[in-house]
Amino acid sequence: MAEPAAAEHLKRTPIYALNVELGGKIVPFAGYEMPVQFPQGILKEHLHTRAAAGLFDVSHMGQAFLRLENASGDVDTRHDAIAGLIETLVPGEIKGLKPGQIRYTLLLNDQGGIRDDLMVTRPADPKFAGTLFLVVNAGTKDADFAHIAAKLKGRARLDRLEDQALIALQGPKAAKVLERVLPGVAAMSFMTIAPFTWERAQLFVSRSGYTGEDGYEITLPGNIAVPFARVLLADNDVAPIGLGARDSLRLEAGLCLYGHDIDETTTPVEANLTWAIGKRRKMEKNFPAADIIMGQLFDGAKRLRVGVKPDGRAPAREGTEIVDANGAIVGRITSGGFGPSVNGPIAMGYVRPDLAKDGTPLGLVVRGQTLPARVAPMPFIPKRFHKP
Amino acid sequence: MMIETRYTKDHEWVRLDGGIATIGITDYAAEQLGDVVFVELPKVGKAIEKGGEAAVVESVKAASEVYAPIAGEVVEVNSAIEGEPANVNAEPMGAGWFIKLKVKNAAEVGALMTEAQYRDYLKGL
Repeated sequence: MAEPAAAEHLKRTPIYALNVELGGKIVPFAGYEMPVQFPQGILKEHLHTRAAAGLFDVSHMGQAFLRLENASGDVDTRHDAIAGLIETLVPGEIKGLKPGQIRYTLLLNDQGGIRDDLMVTRPADPKFAGTLFLVVNAGTKDADFAHIAAKLKGRARLDRLEDQALIALQGPKAAKVLERVLPGVAAMSFMTIAPFTWERAQLFVSRSGYTGEDGYEITLPGNIAVPFARVLLADNDVAPIGLGARDSLRLEAGLCLYGHDIDETTTPVEANLTWAIGKRRKMEKNFPAADIIMGQLFDGAKRLRVGVKPDGRAPAREGTEIVDANGAIVGRITSGGFGPSVNGPIAMGYVRPDLAKDGTPLGLVVRGQTLPARVAPMPFIPKRFHKP
Repeated sequence: MMIETRYTKDHEWVRLDGGIATIGITDYAAEQLGDVVFVELPKVGKAIEKGGEAAVVESVKAASEVYAPIAGEVVEVNSAIEGEPANVNAEPMGAGWFIKLKVKNAAEVGALMTEAQYRDYLKGL
C-alpha cells in the first residue's frame, strides 16, 4: 500500500468522479487516484470483460503528438521523416506504418534496456502527415516524454495531450456496443486508428487494447469523457472495470507490465519481445544498443521471459524465486497471481535459457516451500483479436 | 447458553465451545480481501503459538496471512474451503471458518474484543 500522506499530491483523471460514483475502490497508482475494483469485484470484472465488454478509465496513461518541426514534401515524405526520428529511439518498424496503423514498440536505453513499452500510431488523416500519436505508460510518461523531446530537439516537437481522456472498451461485445454510438467502428481492423465525431467533439478511436480481447481505446476531450462513458455504461453488456482486473486480464494474455516484467535492465531479447524489432531495423542496426541486442539475437541471452504455470492451486506472486531440480535459483517471477478465466494460478518470470522450453519442470519457492511448476506457453488463454 | 464470538484487530473471529475454538475471518476482512481464490491451512496436530501463522488466504490480487489470536493445537481444519475458496466470501462467519484449536489458555479468548467492541473498532477505521 502506498503512503496515505502522499494522497494530496495524487492527480485525478477526467473520469475520477464517475469512478467514485460507480463505487470504485480508489487507490494510488502511478501518481493518480485510480479504481482498483468496482463493487462486483476483480474476479467478476475479469470474467465480464471476457464474456461481454469492460470499460476501463486509462486516462492516466501518457498521450502525445510528435510532430516534425519543419515539415515539407508530400504525405509519405513527411511520415518517413518523423518515423525516421522516432526510429532512432525504438526498434520497431515505424516508417512502414500505413496511414491509420498502430504499432507496439519499445523505448530503449543505450544498454538495450527497456525505458518503456508504447504504442506508436500513424494518424489516418493526411492533414496529420509528419505527426505520430504516442501512448506510453502512466508511471513513466514524464521521463519518456522528456527523453523523446530532448533526443529529437530541433527536429521534432512533442505535444502532450493533457486535456484528453483515454477510455478502453474491451471484450467480445465491444464492437457491437461501440458501433451503436460511433457507427463505423465495427468495420475497423485490429491495430488501426480512425477519427470519429461525437456531440461535435473529435474522437480518435483505436482498435487495440491490452486484455487479449478485441476492443477499442478512445482518445477524447476530458470534458466529455464522463457523458461518453455513461452512454457506453448504459448498455447492459458494459461494466466498469478496475486496475485489478486489468492486471489479471493482461497477465492471462501474456502481456508485459512495465516496471515488473520489463524495465531498464531487461532487453527485448531477454523479454521475449524480439517480434517487436522490425525486420528492416535488424538489418539496418540503427536503434539504441543495436550491437548488444543483435548480439543477443545471434548468441542468445543470459535469461528469457517465460510463462510459468504452477501444478497446484497456490499462486506464486511477483518476486518468487524460481529454482531448478537441484534447488538452485534460476530466476524470479515478475508477475504472478490467479487467472480467473484459466481458473488457476499463472505467472511469468525470467529463467536461464536452457530452462525456457515449454513443459520444463521448475520449482517455485512460496512461503519456504518449493512448489512444482512448468514453463507454459503464453498467452494462457486464446487471444481473440478482431480479424476482418 | 449461547456461544459468544470474540474478535481481533486483525479481523478474525474466535468462537470457544468446550475448550475448542473455531477461528475464521470476519465479514469485513472477507470484503476487504475480495474474491478468495486459494486457502492454505495448517496440518491437524500442529501447535500454534499466539500470533503464529495459522493460515494463508489469497485473493486475485494478493496473499495475506491469518495469525492465530490464541495459542493451541490444531484439531480440525475446514478442507471444504481449500476446495471451494469462494465459501470464505460467501459465509465468512459460518461455513467459511478456517481452523479449530484445542485452546491452551481460555483467558486469551476472554481478552479479545466483544462484538460491540469490534463494531466500535470498525467505525474508527
